[in-house]
Amino acid sequence: MNPVLSVRGLDKRFGAVVAADALTIEIAAGQKVSLIGANGAGKTTFVNMVTGYLKPDSGSIALDGMNIGGHSPRGVAQLGISRSFQIPQLFIELTAAENLMVAVSGTRTQALSFHSPADAQGRREKAVELLGRFGLADLADRPVSELAGGVRKLIDIAMALVRRPKLLLLDEPTSGVSAEEKFATMDRVIHAVAPDAATIVFVEHDMEIVSRYADRVVAFYSGRILADGNPNDVLKDPEVRRYVTGGA
Amino acid sequence: MDFFLTIVLDGLIQASWLFIVALGLTLVFGVLKILNIAHGSFYALGAYIAATAVTTVAAHGLPPSVGFVAMLVSVAFIASAVGFLLERGLLKMFYGRDEVVLLLVTYAVFLILEDVTKLIWGVNPIYATQPYELFGNLEFAGLYYVGYDLVLIPISVAAGLAVWFGLNRTVTGKIVLAVIHNEEMSASMGVKVKRVYAIAFAFGVLLAAMAGALTAPKISMQPGLSSDVIILSFAIVVIGGLGSVEGAAVGAILVGLARAASVHLMPQAELFMIYLIMAGVLMFRPEGLFQRETARRI
Amino acid sequence: MKRSLHPVIMIMLVVAAALFGRALPTWTLSLATVAASNALIALGIVVLARTGNVSFGQGLFFAAGGYGVALIANAWGMTDAVAQVIIGAICGGLLGLVIGPLIARYTGIFFGMLTLALSMVLYGALVKSTVLGGSDGFNVGRPTLFGMIFVDPREADFMLYAVSVVTTGLAGIAATILFRSELGLVSLAVRENNLRVEYLGTSANRIVTINFIIAAVFAGAGGAFALMAQRHIDPQFAYWTTSGEFVFVAILAGYQSVAAVFVASLALELVRSFSNLYLPNTWQLVLGIFLLGVILFLPRGIGSLWIRDKHKKNDSAAETPVTAEKGAVS
Repeated sequence: MNPVLSVRGLDKRFGAVVAADALTIEIAAGQKVSLIGANGAGKTTFVNMVTGYLKPDSGSIALDGMNIGGHSPRGVAQLGISRSFQIPQLFIELTAAENLMVAVSGTRTQALSFHSPADAQGRREKAVELLGRFGLADLADRPVSELAGGVRKLIDIAMALVRRPKLLLLDEPTSGVSAEEKFATMDRVIHAVAPDAATIVFVEHDMEIVSRYADRVVAFYSGRILADGNPNDVLKDPEVRRYVTGGA
Repeated sequence: MDFFLTIVLDGLIQASWLFIVALGLTLVFGVLKILNIAHGSFYALGAYIAATAVTTVAAHGLPPSVGFVAMLVSVAFIASAVGFLLERGLLKMFYGRDEVVLLLVTYAVFLILEDVTKLIWGVNPIYATQPYELFGNLEFAGLYYVGYDLVLIPISVAAGLAVWFGLNRTVTGKIVLAVIHNEEMSASMGVKVKRVYAIAFAFGVLLAAMAGALTAPKISMQPGLSSDVIILSFAIVVIGGLGSVEGAAVGAILVGLARAASVHLMPQAELFMIYLIMAGVLMFRPEGLFQRETARRI
Repeated sequence: MKRSLHPVIMIMLVVAAALFGRALPTWTLSLATVAASNALIALGIVVLARTGNVSFGQGLFFAAGGYGVALIANAWGMTDAVAQVIIGAICGGLLGLVIGPLIARYTGIFFGMLTLALSMVLYGALVKSTVLGGSDGFNVGRPTLFGMIFVDPREADFMLYAVSVVTTGLAGIAATILFRSELGLVSLAVRENNLRVEYLGTSANRIVTINFIIAAVFAGAGGAFALMAQRHIDPQFAYWTTSGEFVFVAILAGYQSVAAVFVASLALELVRSFSNLYLPNTWQLVLGIFLLGVILFLPRGIGSLWIRDKHKKNDSAAETPVTAEKGAVS
């Protein structure tokens, strides 16, 4: 059976900066993989390349065995990969529900309607339901501009879930979320995704989150994979301690 | 070969006053980051004031050379003053707001000046051709050229070099360049950015007005002059790259040559050719031919 | 949505406005006709602006509509007003269909400059064209309606007024429906964050193109009206100052309210008429001062096409106490 994501020999340089150096990795369906590494190690670049936002200098990316290297973010989304962002990418002036409704409209294959109201045809119901999974249902009609960072993060993630993706990439899902809320957030995400048994790849800096939620950890350094395995082994690896977690 | 030379010479003559106008526009954009829609109005103002100066001098029986000097001096003073007052008195009120606001303010100034010129000088065409004969005629490649036109070329080259020298080799110039490249940094290093704004704007207005004054003897001054000039100089600045002095030069030469070539080869294309080039540049190299190095904001 | 008019009511208002013209003096009729026509074009700009792109070159479609109708009217004797509006709209729309996809991927200032450049390309071509009358343009005959010829100028003016008010009114209703629709919401999203829209699987370029074509259709129809009112077409239709006036109306109106567009357009025409009447050669002066005044004293009324407007207050009745757990409101 094909791995959900298969990346081979991915290279990416920005001038003198090596963001990806012959990256090769395979992720099986249903895994919960955490990407760790210091800032600039290449984790977000990896996510950007997998989602088609950046074109790798060389190498291949395959989803379920199918090459997706040439696709744009839109194409990649339509094929079943969704992502959330380190800094929430939302429609600030729209309400939380409206943000989700835009995501729902994105799943349509026919053209968008000129006349059918935005909240009709079950779009609003779907939006509120998704917000509900994160406990945000009663903030549905608040403009995002009035909502705090942690909430925005959740909305950002909720939007990525609308397409029921095969592969969900989360870029620092708990950053900006208060310490007490972090576990609750991750619990909600895992719970929300459970019905679809999606594969989750999440970039994280918080090692507690990593050890608790990941069943596999991949450590990045200078665009290369330093270590790859179960959380215990990787987090105890001396090189990982040196270059990523900073010891102790 | 003669034909080719004619086009080149015609093109350069066109380019010379176009360059001076475009230079003013691009400098104002580079420093203040605003597109001054009223820039053409200052060109027209310069032309009209020059016309008045020339005809007044002529009415007093003085020779055209005096008229020529008079027009340049009067325009220089008045334009600098107007530019300075406008910046300090009006524009300054809108700094810090969305950049679109300043665009609208300059559009308002354009509208106001349109009618002010009509009210002062009327709607009928005005001529002030006396200085045009100052430099005689020259025969070159079988054609007659008016000396005045040819003199514009070295004048504009001198202006360009002076500005380049001023920007790159003097302390004030380097301060201006610093503000163009990175205003925040300059301010944090103690540069009085507001003062640079005032100087740059006044200088931009001066350039536009001087270009107007220099071309006054060869054109007719009438309503519509400012709107024609602003759109043309805007095209040049876009082609060359917003904020770039070299770009203004290259853009002006390109447009001048394109115009001259069209006039001789395909007159219908004369006008739309320029905007076609502008559209082309915007589509394929939006930053213009002379990319301005902008610091990457992380 | 609260406080929104039912389409049937809006249609009735439009019809009422049209009939009201019977009571108006002739000079008001022409003024209102021009205002309605300009409002139509400005409305198109507002529609497009909701995607975050402002067109500074609607003169392109305005002229395309005008010249298209003029040529067809003179060639085939097609003088029916309604037909002319439709032809104008189609001319604008076809051109929009061609150009839209080419420029949809540009954003912000480059989009604006590109539309400006393209309109000036047409202007330049028209001015130098001998076939189309060059900078003088050419004339067209009087419009008719459903076979009726209007000899009495008052009747003719009223006919034009009615057609323009009804057309613009219907366009306004259509725009209102559009703004509330699925497409309308996603258009706003494109303006806010076109990257995220792409990541959600929707083509931002396609959204921009659709709105662009709508704006082009409106401008083309506006061109037909201007042609019928002046019975003359010339390259000035495509000139940048013409495009600038339409943008001016749109900016004054903002991007949230369709009604505001009509008010703004009417205000512009009133200013123009009154200054022409009492102080010739001053209407631009007055307009410029008016614009400065609005910028200074009504900042939210200006530039709201670009400046983020405060979101409309929704029912404040649902003021649920927000706990720290929900993490709302900073």
